[in-house]
Amino acid sequence: MTPKSLFEKVWDAHAVRTLANGQTQLLIGTHLIHEVTSPQAFGMLRDLGLKVLMPHRTFATVDHIVPTNELVEPYKDPLAQAMMDELRKNCAQFGVTFFDRASGKQGIVHIVGPEQGITQPGTTIACGDSHTSTHGAFGAIAFGIGTSQVRDVLATQTMALGALKVRRIEVNGKLRAGVYAKDVILHIIRLLGVNGGTGFAYEYAGSVFDGFSMEERMTVCNMSIEGGARAGYVNPDETTFSYLKGRPYSPKGAQWEAEVANWKSFASDPGCRYDDVVKIDAADIAPTVTWGINPGQGVAITENIPDPAKATSDDERAGIIEALAYMKLPAGAPIKGTKINVAFLGSCTNGRLSDFQEVAKYIKGRKVAPGVRAIAVPGSQIVALQCEKLGLDKILAEAGFEWRAAGCSMCLAMNPDKLIGDELCASSSNRNFKGRQGSITGRTVLMSPVMVAAAAVTGAVADAREVFAVNSN
Amino acid sequence: MALAKITSVSGRGVYVPGNDIDTDRIIPARFMKCVVFDGLGEFLFYDVRHTPEGVPTGHPLDKPEHKGARILFSGANFGCGSSREHAPQAIHKAGFRAVVAENFAEIFFGNSTTLGIPCVNATREDIAKVAAAIERNPAIEVTVDVAALEVRFGAEKIQITQRQSARDALVNGRWDAIGELIDGLPAVKTTAAKLPYLAA
Repeated sequence: MTPKSLFEKVWDAHAVRTLANGQTQLLIGTHLIHEVTSPQAFGMLRDLGLKVLMPHRTFATVDHIVPTNELVEPYKDPLAQAMMDELRKNCAQFGVTFFDRASGKQGIVHIVGPEQGITQPGTTIACGDSHTSTHGAFGAIAFGIGTSQVRDVLATQTMALGALKVRRIEVNGKLRAGVYAKDVILHIIRLLGVNGGTGFAYEYAGSVFDGFSMEERMTVCNMSIEGGARAGYVNPDETTFSYLKGRPYSPKGAQWEAEVANWKSFASDPGCRYDDVVKIDAADIAPTVTWGINPGQGVAITENIPDPAKATSDDERAGIIEALAYMKLPAGAPIKGTKINVAFLGSCTNGRLSDFQEVAKYIKGRKVAPGVRAIAVPGSQIVALQCEKLGLDKILAEAGFEWRAAGCSMCLAMNPDKLIGDELCASSSNRNFKGRQGSITGRTVLMSPVMVAAAAVTGAVADAREVFAVNSN
Repeated sequence: MALAKITSVSGRGVYVPGNDIDTDRIIPARFMKCVVFDGLGEFLFYDVRHTPEGVPTGHPLDKPEHKGARILFSGANFGCGSSREHAPQAIHKAGFRAVVAENFAEIFFGNSTTLGIPCVNATREDIAKVAAAIERNPAIEVTVDVAALEVRFGAEKIQITQRQSARDALVNGRWDAIGELIDGLPAVKTTAAKLPYLAA
């Protein structure tokens, strides 16, 4: 048999038929929904008189709009409450499982799926959110979709899609001390560009990914979309299976062994064809931070902010000028030392237990610099509980981070957590777009959680390796 | 459900320069606190069109000569970032019926096509030509001809490209796939039966 990539195998197993325009009607095995992009889709279902085809394969939670410092409904923001009410009503009416705040399982949709064991290898997943690529960490093919497609998946458990090309991105060797999964993906996006992945699914591989935990793989897959790739995945292996074992929706008993064998069969075959292969030496990756207004505008912490005078193309020059004007940063100066006003720990990129563990390890006994507003937002209620059992919340609180309730929070600021004016935020989130964090002049510098901690305690963008004497991960 | 065959779009054009215009910029997240899409049109590019104090910045969309424009021209990687369909919905509700750019981010492209908004690609030089013509005469009639793969303006024209599946869907009136997907439900059941994880 011709060797195949995981993408091809999953695609083939879920391809229902070819549509008139040449696209594939693709079966979506798991549909995750949330309050922002689903209400209109349910409205369309009602208008068309349709029902949810597979309510047992549809899972909802609430994440974008939930206030992280307000637990009791009705919320102060009536629009947020209206979205909450709408999702609750829709789930009840259409028979969809809703991980509501009262369930103790609520959280960012891309954190809830994996921790419940809903996200599994060899499956297709869709969600009305571009960071759905996160689930690819398990060897699933996971797509961010728009609301009309949410409607399509609700009504038919399928959507129309053209096949993607596959680019294998191998990172081999050993990451240097103080270099994290976040740095790996920021480095990849810087290298390949914010639209370098258009038309592709990214297959992440190599010794670095083999050695990564599931949480690290999720951090990388999460930001595939920031590189323009529609999906990103890692082939399933023992790390994947041991993560999934015993989770609420994972197979049980005799089914477990059968399912693991099935999952293994989806991994890319040796010698399969890739449309492109990129190889990266792990030693070339440094702690990386952004200086501009898209996630591809990054530099190593030891580098300087780019100078438009040294740009190699007109496009690059215009991009630098626009970004620096917005960011109010001086061309050619070191990025290190850039004053910050806010530190944000959290998001679907870096809001998991290991992120807070790593920060707590270094921030214990240190204090957030005067004048810096620092918040730590666990990605789910379960992450919050895990952290609290380990006392991480107290370590963070003693350092000066406000410990909040689970949600998307200041990643996109649809809840009350927002930058004010042109505050500059050291952020463990995924997007540094203009106005992304809730103020139209607010500024975002993306980095790993430990780098956020280093920025928080020094009051400026800093090299965590110096601030904390990081010597190993 | 019979859908219109979208073979061409005509009207006035407006040029919004810039590369990597993300969907947060097209429709800022705070305007997504809604359970229907109605009313999004007025918030299109809101934070670029207004200062933090709410004063209009003189954005191309707000220039009187561009009021009522139906065709939006822009740069590379248009619509990157969030998958929010609120972005093409806002574009549509603001009256636009086609977008011409160097290229598009994928999710945005798919979302727009599903709403019957042709997104077509042209070279930077050609987009600049049309932008210059609009600058000279904002009332110039622009036609995005999806079937003939060209944009005509005045006596001039430029070539455009579009992904074949999208072009086929638009010109044949099957850009919203829901009808076809529903027709395929018996086949869906057959495929689903082969996948144990879908068992109820």
